[in-house]
Amino acid sequence: MTWACMVFLYGPIIIVAIYSFNEIRSITVWGGFSFAWYVKALNNDLIQRATFNSLIIAVGASTIATSFATLAALAMRGRAFRGREGAFGVISLPLIVPEIVSAVASLIFFVLIGIPLGLGSILLAHTVFCIPFAYLPISARLDGIEGYYEEAARDLYADGRQAFFHVTLPMLLPGIMAGFMLAFIISLDDFIITNFVAGPGSTTLPLAIYGLVRTGLTPEINAISTMLLLVSIFFVTMSFIIGRRNVGKNR
Amino acid sequence: MVRGRQAQRRKQRKENIVRAMLLSPSLLIIGGFLIGPLCIVLVYSFLTPGTFGGVIWEATFDAYIQFLFERDFVDESLVFSTAYLEIYGRSFLQAIVATVACFIIGFPTAYFIATRPEHQKNMWVLLVTVPYWVNLLIRTISMLFLIRNEGPLNYGLQAIGLIDTPIQIAYTNVGVGIGLVYSYLPFMVLPLYATIERFDFRLVEVAYDLYADRWTVLFKVIMPICLPGIIAGSLLVFIPSLGAFIAPDLLGGGKNLMIGNLIALQFQGSRNWPFGSAAAMIVMSVVLVALIVYTRQQTRSRIQVY
Repeated sequence: MTWACMVFLYGPIIIVAIYSFNEIRSITVWGGFSFAWYVKALNNDLIQRATFNSLIIAVGASTIATSFATLAALAMRGRAFRGREGAFGVISLPLIVPEIVSAVASLIFFVLIGIPLGLGSILLAHTVFCIPFAYLPISARLDGIEGYYEEAARDLYADGRQAFFHVTLPMLLPGIMAGFMLAFIISLDDFIITNFVAGPGSTTLPLAIYGLVRTGLTPEINAISTMLLLVSIFFVTMSFIIGRRNVGKNR
Repeated sequence: MVRGRQAQRRKQRKENIVRAMLLSPSLLIIGGFLIGPLCIVLVYSFLTPGTFGGVIWEATFDAYIQFLFERDFVDESLVFSTAYLEIYGRSFLQAIVATVACFIIGFPTAYFIATRPEHQKNMWVLLVTVPYWVNLLIRTISMLFLIRNEGPLNYGLQAIGLIDTPIQIAYTNVGVGIGLVYSYLPFMVLPLYATIERFDFRLVEVAYDLYADRWTVLFKVIMPICLPGIIAGSLLVFIPSLGAFIAPDLLGGGKNLMIGNLIALQFQGSRNWPFGSAAAMIVMSVVLVALIVYTRQQTRSRIQVY
């Protein structure tokens, strides 16, 4: 059953990847291995603009989210304090609320307040749901750092700030990077919320792909899908590997 | 160093202030851009729709009434209509079926991974998780590519002679169901794996010693103890499936509407914002109820352990 599960999970995307290399536009005939569709996809104006927008938003949102999440993780560590569970609830709220509901809420809010729908509104909405995704690896990493490192630093006459910047922060860095990469890919991949709060002229990659699918499946879509697939897998695997680097290795 | 009581309290308070400051950016931004807007959605669901979208600030229950009744054109009376109930019913059914299907596939998988040797476990977990991180839109498109009439699945089945004409899977309820399972399967496997991993397998041996057969062991020993994981996994599949948009949109072909599509429609084509808000609120209520049930079950099981 596990093998069936794996086949089910990986099957469609592998098949799409295979067909993206098919020279001719057919399911039944293999025309030869070719990158033609990739070239066509990459030369597409709309795709280029959309990718650019997606990257800018992803970098912006994940940077802000990771910064906020790092502060939050630092605040949440240590012994329990009043309101800690509530704070955790708020931080993880974007994960619990169904995306369509968040999307609607964001749209209504932006229109009500008068924030124009464009790249800025997308950035704001993305930052909100990137925070929990950045928070989790950082918090996990922080939990793994033993308290005695800081104590040792203090024993060596370092004050609070020095202890933090020279001991805790470097050890926390892999977690922060893992959180950043996770937030980045989550922002890059988002569709539903972006669909709602994007204005005309500010397309992101998922929106562009959605538009293309609407008009019919083409091998270019296969090519784009495969590329995005590889990028996503790369980022998440890196995030995983970096985040798991042994705490004790860093001196 | 000896510290007086007062000095300790001052230190505590200073610490709390620092914590509050560190937390404030995150809490403010989520509070302002998610919690606030959700409250606004609640308010909007009680307003009147504007002509071109947006709202008019007149209070009314119209949006909620619209779910059950239609206004007769002629005499303004309310006629019971099942149109929207169907959509809700279909969404619930799809979500439940998806959850059950994920469980049937997920439980053996989780069991398998949990019984692997220690060093292999993480690799398997990673393998199951990685597809999830691929863009949901891409994954759904891939599934559509696979199961549509001109797609490889139908082509393959025809080629080996199992069928003569393509089976219509795409753009049907079944297609949407498959899409939902495909979207959220890892969400079921991971919590199940977490609980099964902690399961003490010596209990199984004890059960066998007491002459239990394999099915009894499965249903009366393993599953009850792994119940928290089962519930967690089920919630993690049920809730997103209920509000799903991409799967029914791409794989349903515009006919098998679910709540997610209905809500989206109110803000794009139909321009009935209060109605969309009301639908969103109903979904949120279901989610909240599910969460409350879940947390109460968690605390109860924790008490039982003691």
